[in-house]
Amino acid sequence: MLDLTYELPKPKVISGAKHDWELVIGMEVHAQVSSNAKLFSGASTQFGAEPNSNVSFVDAAMPGMLPVINEYCVEQAVRTGLGLKADINLWSAFDRKNYFYPDLPQGYQISQLYHPIVGEGEVLVELGDGTARMVRIERIHMEQDAGKSIHDMDPNMSFVDLNRTGVCLMEIVSRPDIRGPEEAAAYIAKLRQIMRYLGTCDGNMQNGNLRADVNVSICLPGAYEKYQETQDFSHLGTRCEIKNMNSMRFIQQAIEVEARRQIAIVEAGGKVEQETRLYDPDKGETRSMRSKEEAHDYRYFPDPDLLPLEIEQGWVDNIKANLPELPDEKKARFIEEFGLTDYDASVLTADVESAAYFDEVAKGRNGKLAANWVINELFGRLKKEDHEITDSPVSPAQLGGIIDLISSDAISGKIAKDLFEIVYTEGGDPAEIVEARGMKQVTDTGAIEAALDEIIAANPAQVEKAKVNPKLAGWFVGQVMKATGGKANPKAVNELVAKKLG
Amino acid sequence: MSIDQSTAAKVAKLARIKVEEDALPALADEFNTILGFIEQLNEVDVEGVEPMTSVTPQRLKRREDVVNDGNQQDKVLSNAPDAREGFFAVPKVVE
Repeated sequence: MLDLTYELPKPKVISGAKHDWELVIGMEVHAQVSSNAKLFSGASTQFGAEPNSNVSFVDAAMPGMLPVINEYCVEQAVRTGLGLKADINLWSAFDRKNYFYPDLPQGYQISQLYHPIVGEGEVLVELGDGTARMVRIERIHMEQDAGKSIHDMDPNMSFVDLNRTGVCLMEIVSRPDIRGPEEAAAYIAKLRQIMRYLGTCDGNMQNGNLRADVNVSICLPGAYEKYQETQDFSHLGTRCEIKNMNSMRFIQQAIEVEARRQIAIVEAGGKVEQETRLYDPDKGETRSMRSKEEAHDYRYFPDPDLLPLEIEQGWVDNIKANLPELPDEKKARFIEEFGLTDYDASVLTADVESAAYFDEVAKGRNGKLAANWVINELFGRLKKEDHEITDSPVSPAQLGGIIDLISSDAISGKIAKDLFEIVYTEGGDPAEIVEARGMKQVTDTGAIEAALDEIIAANPAQVEKAKVNPKLAGWFVGQVMKATGGKANPKAVNELVAKKLG
Repeated sequence: MSIDQSTAAKVAKLARIKVEEDALPALADEFNTILGFIEQLNEVDVEGVEPMTSVTPQRLKRREDVVNDGNQQDKVLSNAPDAREGFFAVPKVVE
């Protein structure tokens, strides 16, 4: 198992006019389940379709339509729970959360308030500076997404598209274990990474497939430790919930802005009201969503259209047995098996495609060399053209071939870079290219010596200078490399130059 | 529990049902009658009894993850009081 030790990160401290204050953050992350069809209907979940084309009569809440659960969505929720090392509840149930909004035709959202499918779990959140925090997961439940309202197409009307209505979401609820804006972003990044490994959510924040509600409160230093000791919330300040954010940058800004607002209120002798707020990135402020307050009385009750969801332990075990290797384990393995640094292992495991690519390149080869080539050459080159690893013109087998040629001393490091460029732009088998284009490294000392002798004979003045100043030997090495088209083995050249001039 | 007029007004508002001021006393009375009936049910001791969710032993019916519905924009929009460019058009609601 994972055997990495970390120090805890320091909580973010904000200095008010009177005191230093610490932040306490809990998050509700809404992750869209990757599935073909919706949670309770056979309509497609595809993004970007014609408005109201991915809508069944169930989604449109036509009278008499009944929900039938998509078993794959259940499987995805269970898989996510297992990936977060959480308890799976074999018995869960659906409730109705009642409110009115134009993009919610049913007048209620089907959710799981009282009996969620997933219970307590945990996520290791690394901060990149060697510190990490274990954030506890309270629960994960399944629910329906709402439709989309568009407000800027007409001055007087809002336009409603129900394509997203009824798509399965997982709401992942954390404990208030997050202690600063950077940690909040790192927490979401880690959830996203794990779910992408699991294939349960694509994590596309731009499309709204991953969104977060952030609960922020402030406390004096020392109070949080008392909370952790006792799990008694009275040690913490009153929290405000900032709704529906889908950008890491805005989440961090909103947390900081909201904390400062609360500090100003408390230091002025006021009280923070528990409420729902909205972050306005243009103004850099959070404001109260007063309209939500009244609607907050959701009058939950068990959905009479749906029987409790009972799943079997054997079914869960089967999902568990087929889980992919997860980021923490993969990173630990890369460090152990290939001797990579913590940093390189983090870079290579950041997304599942990169990790798979590296795994294939490194198999049976020098892991560190493979890591260097994947990170420095391949990633660098891909980034230059804004390509994803999945669109890489160089396959793992091709890159592996280049590395093999380096390892067997067939080509020099410099030629390897030229070769990489050829493979990248033209394709082809590296070994064949080297053969066909005469790129092989010259290790034949006779040939190198002949080239060197010629240079020495042609430059008697340089030879004299070099005898006085040994640093000039480098010039001769350079000339030999030039004469051999960069193919001479640098080590052999160095040795010969030293011998001849020495 | 007893429902007063202001609670009745709140429930009506949450349900988006318009109730005139002078109809509230009667509505509150009706709520109280219903709740009184529920109170009677509360007299039954159900300690340790699992809630009954179905009259016949059934497993929640499942569907496969297959797209077999949708692509009926015209039908979906056919009852809408106002629809434009494939969208439902509703009075402006901005948060």
